[in-house]
Order: sequence, then structure tokens, then C-alpha cells
Amino acid sequence: MGVLDVEGVFLTKNGVPILNGLSLEVWEGHVHAVVGPNGAGKSTAASVIMGLAGYRDFEGDVLLGGESIKDLSVTERGRRGLTLAWQEPARFEGLSVSDFIGATLDGENREVIRESLDMVGLEPDDYIDRAVDKSLSGGERKRIELASILAMNPRVVVMDEPDSGIDVAALEHIFDNLDTLKERNTTVLLITHSPTVLRRAEHAFLMCCGRVVDKGSVERIAPYFEQQCIPCDHKNRPEKDAAGT
Amino acid sequence: MPDLIEQLYESIGQNPHEIRDDESIARIEVHKNEVLGVHLVPGLEVDAEETEDGLDAAITVTRGTRIEKPVQVCFGMMPERGLQKIVLDIRIEDEASAAIIAHCTFPFAREITHTMDAEIRVGHGAEYAYFERHVHGPEGGVRIVPKTRVTVEQGGRFSTEFELIKGRVGTIDLELEATCKAHSVMDVKARIGGSGDDRINLNEIGRLIGEGARGALTSHIAVRDAARAEILNTLTASAPFARGHVDCKEIVQDQAVAKAVPVVEVNHPKAHVTHEAAIGSVDTKQLETLMSRGLDEDAAAALIIQGMLN
Repeated sequence: MGVLDVEGVFLTKNGVPILNGLSLEVWEGHVHAVVGPNGAGKSTAASVIMGLAGYRDFEGDVLLGGESIKDLSVTERGRRGLTLAWQEPARFEGLSVSDFIGATLDGENREVIRESLDMVGLEPDDYIDRAVDKSLSGGERKRIELASILAMNPRVVVMDEPDSGIDVAALEHIFDNLDTLKERNTTVLLITHSPTVLRRAEHAFLMCCGRVVDKGSVERIAPYFEQQCIPCDHKNRPEKDAAGT
Repeated sequence: MPDLIEQLYESIGQNPHEIRDDESIARIEVHKNEVLGVHLVPGLEVDAEETEDGLDAAITVTRGTRIEKPVQVCFGMMPERGLQKIVLDIRIEDEASAAIIAHCTFPFAREITHTMDAEIRVGHGAEYAYFERHVHGPEGGVRIVPKTRVTVEQGGRFSTEFELIKGRVGTIDLELEATCKAHSVMDVKARIGGSGDDRINLNEIGRLIGEGARGALTSHIAVRDAARAEILNTLTASAPFARGHVDCKEIVQDQAVAKAVPVVEVNHPKAHVTHEAAIGSVDTKQLETLMSRGLDEDAAAALIIQGMLN
């Protein structure tokens, strides 16, 4: 049993099956990757794990530390140390970086906020009083979101497409922080279709058609993904699979 | 027992000595219809007359004067009931520059009416920034009726910001009409949070009549409980290269009702006006982001709304 387990999840949206018996076993303190082509159901899996609106009605179960969290709110999951870094982080008009990162910190937290910004490569003096709004680039918001996660110090973090919309230098900071999270014994689940991100993980799940079709070491999964999945135009068509077409 | 001036400043969370002991800061303090204090700086002229229910004042910043520190104005009433009528005639003469920070405080209001009738002229190349912050009590017994007419002459810059996010609104009927001549700029903002049975009515009109005039009308409103808000923003551009934007955002919770009517009118082929209006509940993605860090839903919503109104 892992620190996070997804057990046989089936989920349908608008009559279309998205997850078809998805199972994941995520080990504590390790960096895992869920990899697969567009439409494989990777982001849906992240939403189910976090219990987001519209992703709570499914068959199967999600366990954190061996306990079902299926009926827990997003807040309760967050309080148990599970959190999510969105593919495209939300904008918060008027909300300062300081208030955003410090939202769940107790007491005097200015130093924690500054340290977190520093860790993601953003100069605290330049950012701490700025708003988390459209004046920031997508990459900046992504790094600020990561700073908020570092400040939270979660038990498990799901990172949905961490390289989406950011430049090479920023990606290096994110990779550096994967190491930091690992040093803190934080479990990381990367959701990605990028071979570059995949290769930062220790273990990989290959998803297709809403389920895991292979899993193992990154050394084994990555070449298969790059050679077979990236050129493949197969999309999430489980109804055709079921019919053998 | 602190005197009235101290009570006024304390009600807005300010230490009166920080402002009153600084000779470089101009200030005007008014309680009901009584001028409690006036301190002027060179180039600032105030001719104030106490009336039966308030104050009739002419404020002039003389030609070419640049007042470095914002003029501090405090209009307030400490009693629970009463009427305060403020009439202002504000002249920012050519090439002059000034900012006013006005605090309107009614911390114990149960049945107070505060009206303001302001005529503002921003001269050629002049700059005038007016920030008005209201501090109300928890009872909602205030009716606020500010009516402002503004003329911004060629090359002038006018900005105003109305903030009412502390205490209950009560009822507000805000009207503003601004006319902008060539190459002038106006920036009008309102940020108001309503609850209980508060009523918020904004009617803001901007007329960009001069070539290259620019203007923006921005309203950020949050209503909850049984509060109601109706925002009517009208922006007209009738000269070449006039540019305008109307932005109305309203967050609605509980049984509250919000309505926004952005009206944009363009009367010249080389003018351009845009608008955006968004009314709805707190954004789900914003909520879930904060909840995934462990905040409960109510605290997350409050933080998001506080941000929007900041």
C-alpha cells in the first residue's frame, strides 16, 4: 500500500467514460509520474485525487495513508496534507502574493513566504506585495503556486503539467524544488506528457484510455512513451476499444 | 473622553497626531456641520462655510501648484442619527497637481444621511486624484448620496476611487458624470462590499469628447445575504482616438442580487470603447486552489472577495 492509492476508479463525464478502472499506488517520499498522450485522462485523475467539483461522483476509491478520502472535501484533503498544483494556476485579482502564500500559515509567516519565493527563483522584494493577477505571466504564477505549496509543506503534492507555459530557466527551478520536496519526504505525483518532466521522476505510470497500461521504472517507461505514444494518434476512445475497433 | 477630532481619527483607524503634527500635510476635519480643523499648505485655498446641515466649501489649488502630500479630509458624524450635507466646489487650476484622501466615517450610524454634491474642474495639464474611503458601523443605518460632476480640461488627469468595504453599506446612490476634453485622462473606480439588506446603486457616466481622451470606469462589487447592487456604467467616445474601457465585476453570495448595465457608445469612427462585465459566485478554481491548501470554503471565499475589493 502506498501513501496515496487510487483503486479501480471509473468516471464518466457527459456520457463519455474518462477513467476506466484507473489504479495507482504512489509510494511515500518518491517522485512518480503519470504519463500519457493528450486525452488519456491524466488531468482527470488529478482532479479525482483532489476531489474537485465535478469529479467526486465515481466508482472506486482514493486512499491517503490507507484511509479513504473519497467523501472528504477539498479542504479536508488539504488539511491532511494532500494538495494540487494546477496546470494553469488561478488568478486572484487584488490578492497579494503574500496573502496567497500565507493564507494557511499560522502566526508570523513573512519569513516563510520570503523563503518560499526565494526557493522558486523569485526575488521576494519584487513579488511579495504584487497581486496574483493578470499582471503576472503564466510562468510567474506557476512559480508562485509552487512557492505556496513549499510553504504549506504537504505530505503529497500532485503537480499537473508542471512545465506548462514556463520557460527553460523557470523549469530548472521547478526541478530543483522537486529535489527539495523529496528531501522533505514529500511525495510527488507528476502529471505530464513531457519526456523531460517524466525523466525527473523515479517511477512512472503509463496511462491510455483512462487506465494504467504499464508501470515501472522511468528508464523502461520513457523510451516506450517517446517512441510509441508520442507518434500515436490514439485518443481516449474506450468505447471503440471495448468494441475491438 | 477623547475629543471629537480624536474620535473621528480613531474611527478610521488612524492616529490623529501622525497627520495633525505634520505641518507639511494639509487637512480639513468636519464633524456634521462643524469645521473642527483646517490646516493649509501654500497654493491650497479653502473657503468653507458651515450650513445648517453641513458644509459648503470651495477648494482651490492655484495655478502651477504641486502639492506633494495628499490633502487629508475627514467628514464624519459620531451620533447615531442625523444629516450631513456637503457641497464642494473643487478647482484644480491649470498645471496644478493635488491628491485628496477623504475619510467619511459614521461608526455608530443607525439613521444617518450623508449627501455630497461636488463640482470639480481639473484644469489644463492639471492632475487631481481623489480617494474616498467610507467607514460605517455594523447597523447599516446610513444613506450615502454622492453626486459628482467633473470636467477635465485638455491634458488634465483625473482619478477617483470610492471604497466602502468596512461596515455595512446601508444605502448608497452614487452618481458621477465626467467630461474629458482633448488628451485628458479619467480613471473612475468603485469598490463596495454589501451585506444584510444593503442597497448599492451606481450610475457613472464618462464622456470622452476630446481627441485622444482616455477613460476607464471600473466597479468591483461584492454582495451577500439579501443585499442588492445595480451598476450602470455609461461611456461615450465622440472624438478621434478617444479610448475607453468599462469593467464591472460583481460577486454574489447567498440571496443577494446583482445587476450590471454597461453602456458603451462610440460616435466617431476612430474612437474605441470596450467593456467587460462579470457577475457570479466566487470562482470555483480560485476557491479550490485555496481549499487545497487547507482553507475552509468560507475563509477562502472571504479572502478572494477581500482581494477583489482591495
